[in-house]
Amino acid sequence: MIRLSKNPSTDTATKLVVVAVLMFAFVFVVMVPLYNVLCDALGINGKTNGEAYTSVQAGGVDESRLVTIQFVATRNEGMPWEFGPSVSTMKVHPGAVNDTLFRARNTLAKDMVAQAIPSISPSRAVQYFHKTECFCFNQQPLAAGAAAELPLQYIVDRDLPKDIHTITLSYTIFDVTDMAKGAVATR
Amino acid sequence: MGDHHHGPAKGLSRWLFTTNHKDIGTMYLWFSFSMFMLGGTFAMIIRAELFQPGLQLVEPAFFNQMTTLHGLIMVFGAIMPSFVGLANWLIPMMIGAPDMALPRMNNWSFWILPPTFLLLASTLFMEGGAPAAGWTFYAPLSTTYAAPSVTFFIFSVHVLGLSSIMGSINIIATVMNMRAPGMTYMKMPLFVWTWLITAFLLVAVMPVLAGAVTMMLMDVHFGTSFFSAAGGGDPVLFQHVFWFFGHPEVYIIILPAFGVVSQIIPAFSRKPLFGYDSMVYATASIAFLSFIVWAHHMYTVGMPVAGELFFMYATMLIAVPTGVKVFNWVTTMWRGSLSFETPMLFCIGFLVLFTIGGFTGLMLAIAPSDFQYHDTYFVVAHFHYVMVAGAVFSMSAAIYFWLPKWCGRMYNETMGKTHFWISFIGFNLAFFPQHFVGLAGMPRRIPDYALQFTDFNMMSSIGAFIYGLSQVLFLYNVIATIVAGKPVSDPKVWDGAEGLEWTIPTPAPYHTFETPPKIDPAHAHS
Amino acid sequence: MCFEAKRLLKLALGPVLMLVSAVVLAYGPEVNQVNMAPGVTAVGERIYDLHMWILGVCTVIGVGVFGVMFYSIINHRKSKGAVASHFHESTKVEIAWTVIPFLILLVMAVPSTSTLLEVYNNDDAEMDILVTGFQWKWKYEYIDESGENVSFFSNLRTPQSEIHNADPKGEYYLLEVDEPMVIPVNTKVRFLITGNDVIHSWWVPDLAVKRDAIPGFINEAWTKVDTVGVYRGQCAELCGKDHGFMPIVVNVVSKEDYSQWLSGKQAEAAAIKELMAQTFTLDQQVERGKAVYERSCLACHGANGEGGVGKAIAGSAIVTGDINKHLDVGINGVPGTAMQAFGGQLNDVDMAAVITYQRNAFGNNMGDMVQPIDVYNHKKG
Repeated sequence: MIRLSKNPSTDTATKLVVVAVLMFAFVFVVMVPLYNVLCDALGINGKTNGEAYTSVQAGGVDESRLVTIQFVATRNEGMPWEFGPSVSTMKVHPGAVNDTLFRARNTLAKDMVAQAIPSISPSRAVQYFHKTECFCFNQQPLAAGAAAELPLQYIVDRDLPKDIHTITLSYTIFDVTDMAKGAVATR
Repeated sequence: MGDHHHGPAKGLSRWLFTTNHKDIGTMYLWFSFSMFMLGGTFAMIIRAELFQPGLQLVEPAFFNQMTTLHGLIMVFGAIMPSFVGLANWLIPMMIGAPDMALPRMNNWSFWILPPTFLLLASTLFMEGGAPAAGWTFYAPLSTTYAAPSVTFFIFSVHVLGLSSIMGSINIIATVMNMRAPGMTYMKMPLFVWTWLITAFLLVAVMPVLAGAVTMMLMDVHFGTSFFSAAGGGDPVLFQHVFWFFGHPEVYIIILPAFGVVSQIIPAFSRKPLFGYDSMVYATASIAFLSFIVWAHHMYTVGMPVAGELFFMYATMLIAVPTGVKVFNWVTTMWRGSLSFETPMLFCIGFLVLFTIGGFTGLMLAIAPSDFQYHDTYFVVAHFHYVMVAGAVFSMSAAIYFWLPKWCGRMYNETMGKTHFWISFIGFNLAFFPQHFVGLAGMPRRIPDYALQFTDFNMMSSIGAFIYGLSQVLFLYNVIATIVAGKPVSDPKVWDGAEGLEWTIPTPAPYHTFETPPKIDPAHAHS
Repeated sequence: MCFEAKRLLKLALGPVLMLVSAVVLAYGPEVNQVNMAPGVTAVGERIYDLHMWILGVCTVIGVGVFGVMFYSIINHRKSKGAVASHFHESTKVEIAWTVIPFLILLVMAVPSTSTLLEVYNNDDAEMDILVTGFQWKWKYEYIDESGENVSFFSNLRTPQSEIHNADPKGEYYLLEVDEPMVIPVNTKVRFLITGNDVIHSWWVPDLAVKRDAIPGFINEAWTKVDTVGVYRGQCAELCGKDHGFMPIVVNVVSKEDYSQWLSGKQAEAAAIKELMAQTFTLDQQVERGKAVYERSCLACHGANGEGGVGKAIAGSAIVTGDINKHLDVGINGVPGTAMQAFGGQLNDVDMAAVITYQRNAFGNNMGDMVQPIDVYNHKKG
């Protein structure tokens, strides 16, 4: 047993202080990253990781079945932009590369920056929905009154479980003008 | 401390600078009782508003501040410090130690509490009012949408966490290093055991709570987005971190109560505790399981089904060690020679009501049923059955049981029994109907409700007022005992009581066990 | 096996269960209801059965434990001359009461697991509704393949006068909304649930659906109701000041009535488009605006424009100032305050009316007004 002090009580206390400090650190260096890893792995909250899918899946397009992709757009509180999908549903073959657009317009008389947050339902489908190109990877600045078409390109994995027939992709846009200005968004 | 063979210093400085475990225990107990009264006052405001449908007394925003502060003050200001006070008084006396291991830290861990709670209570008078997001303060209601007072709230949580950690370190250091020769671990009274395990839980999880509020602080003031989806964070993360602290916290509150009951039931059954070893193992298993069940508070948050199943099974498992404890207490009474003084009455009340709360806990563990129970009054009823009937009843039992030893005067038995019966009836009248309204569909934390719930809410309010009043009687009885109770001088006070604290003179002198006592090897764990 | 056992249990606990099941009915909570309602869905009934079964097992164990305890209390009293025995351990007994409860738990876990899997079976829904929780109202958006989504807000309908005890309270006090969700009977409906600001929770007990509405993320739940009726619920997650005042009403109708309702809603949307081209008189605007104000503004700005959470409308510098600035606040809100952007919540006709009303009520006497086309133009910049 390591002794940190001659007095046994001070020794015990010192060790326990170390434990307490480690537990405090545990929150930041273990719990937070672990949660994000678990989110990716299990599809908690339908969260998708913010990176483009680059690998190519063998086997080509699975023409034998169609999956319905449903697009949903919501604006978080304090976000007045017009924002929505150009088409509300698509029927796609797993393995195929699909393109669609979302439309956004800054209705205010000031320049703003938005961030779109994706969420997929059912969460089981998260790991089978690959975005090769998405406006949600970056913040979207729009000048006062300006409009933009936001591209999305995705592939539904051929291994998508057969009992999933519909995948809903939701985007919520947030006003991050202040965050972008301060450029302190750490995570 | 040291070799001073004199009594306490005189005047205010005795209390300010004291390092005596008995003085500090006394201060903890009085402080926690005053917090109990303050939190109780908030509860009375809540129940008065809910006496009938419609808004009569307070506005919804203030109502939310009341529910929030009631929870925070009862958990952190009343229950936890009261058991720390009890530990201070009893642990050295039970293990044959002259004092706590770290007396100066002991003084500090108490004295940082009163200013902290003063600060927390003062948020009521700040602009935007006190915190109003519930004692669980889920983000983003507690961050982006909170009143400015949230910063002071976070500071208070940091300080009270610090106090708890210091208190726990002290208890662990005392139990590990200060036991009298021959007092092996498996001979320690169960109260010492439950506190030792509780203290380890506290050291492990109070820093997690500190981490959660630190993240809140950074989100509110330093532009991070731990709990905001906009910056890549997630509000649900807050709930995971909070309940990783919060579930062990629930056992932190109840384990010392188990310890108290395990001391008192044998005394009035005149028979040793049944299954001492299994009691220790059950306590340890409950503590271990408390770390892997937290998400059962979050079944409706949309977890993957595998997660729901894991947390459901793990939670159901807790019923096993908890059941073992209840069976052991009942078997201790079986074929004993029972008498029903006030402490025993409170312990039997504890046993009945805590078991009911345990059953509703098992029902809540079942994830699909929880979709109907979650965030309703059924949950409110459940946790008041385990927390009030568990922690507060056992605390009352402890005070009646050890007060004569502490001050050398006997409390008024008639008044004590009256206190028990009034609080037992008031408690059940207050909380049993809440099961009904919860199952019928009344959500918790609402200032006004549909007409269908009126009668049961009225009963509940009347019960709460009765329960509240019974505590005034308790206060009176305690003061009357200290000031003018019938003197007792028998070291044993109770004929069935066992343990080192009953071998020293009554009232307990200012310094005890300055030379370690001899432990009779035949006399295992009192 | 479990459900056979459950029946036996019901017989054994007859009187208790009769009392509790007698008061169980659909259509929102009954007066003095004491038990969970089985509701009007297959899942709800399974949950109810599970609840009763676990309650039954707990009751039996409780009767056993308390029976032993009270037997001791009555017969092993010191005052009756009972002498204490000194037994204090038995490994056999300890093992028995560890293993037997564990086995009971295993039996409990089986129906719990299957019911949970059923709750999570969201596939193959026939229609989807996006449910968004706002401080303090719900928005329902019926997702349509053609992109012509029908959407509307559902606000508390109970007037402030009832809440503040000036008027007698109605039968559905606090459980009534201006516009309920309407769904067809015997149809699998999927709810996509999200939050706009803080976390809310969408709960209708009779449908056995409770799911948190989390800002930024989407949760799903489903229901298939087998009985036509009106079902009532409430927000179940503390979401700020008016958490207790955002009820949910689901109107379950026949499939024919549903398609009629849906085309009605679509026609209504078309009618609003038509109204947008019209010009109204001040009186028309004030009349329409008063209704809109009571629905959308009153909770924060007060029945007489005196203010509350929000600033006072009576004599406000914005309301009695530049009309365009006033309109801008209505449409875009005031960032960083509780004043939300109502541009997406109110249609242009209602927005024009309520702005006009505010400028000509509570002692504000501006005499000017906003027309729907002004709102449209303002939004287009």
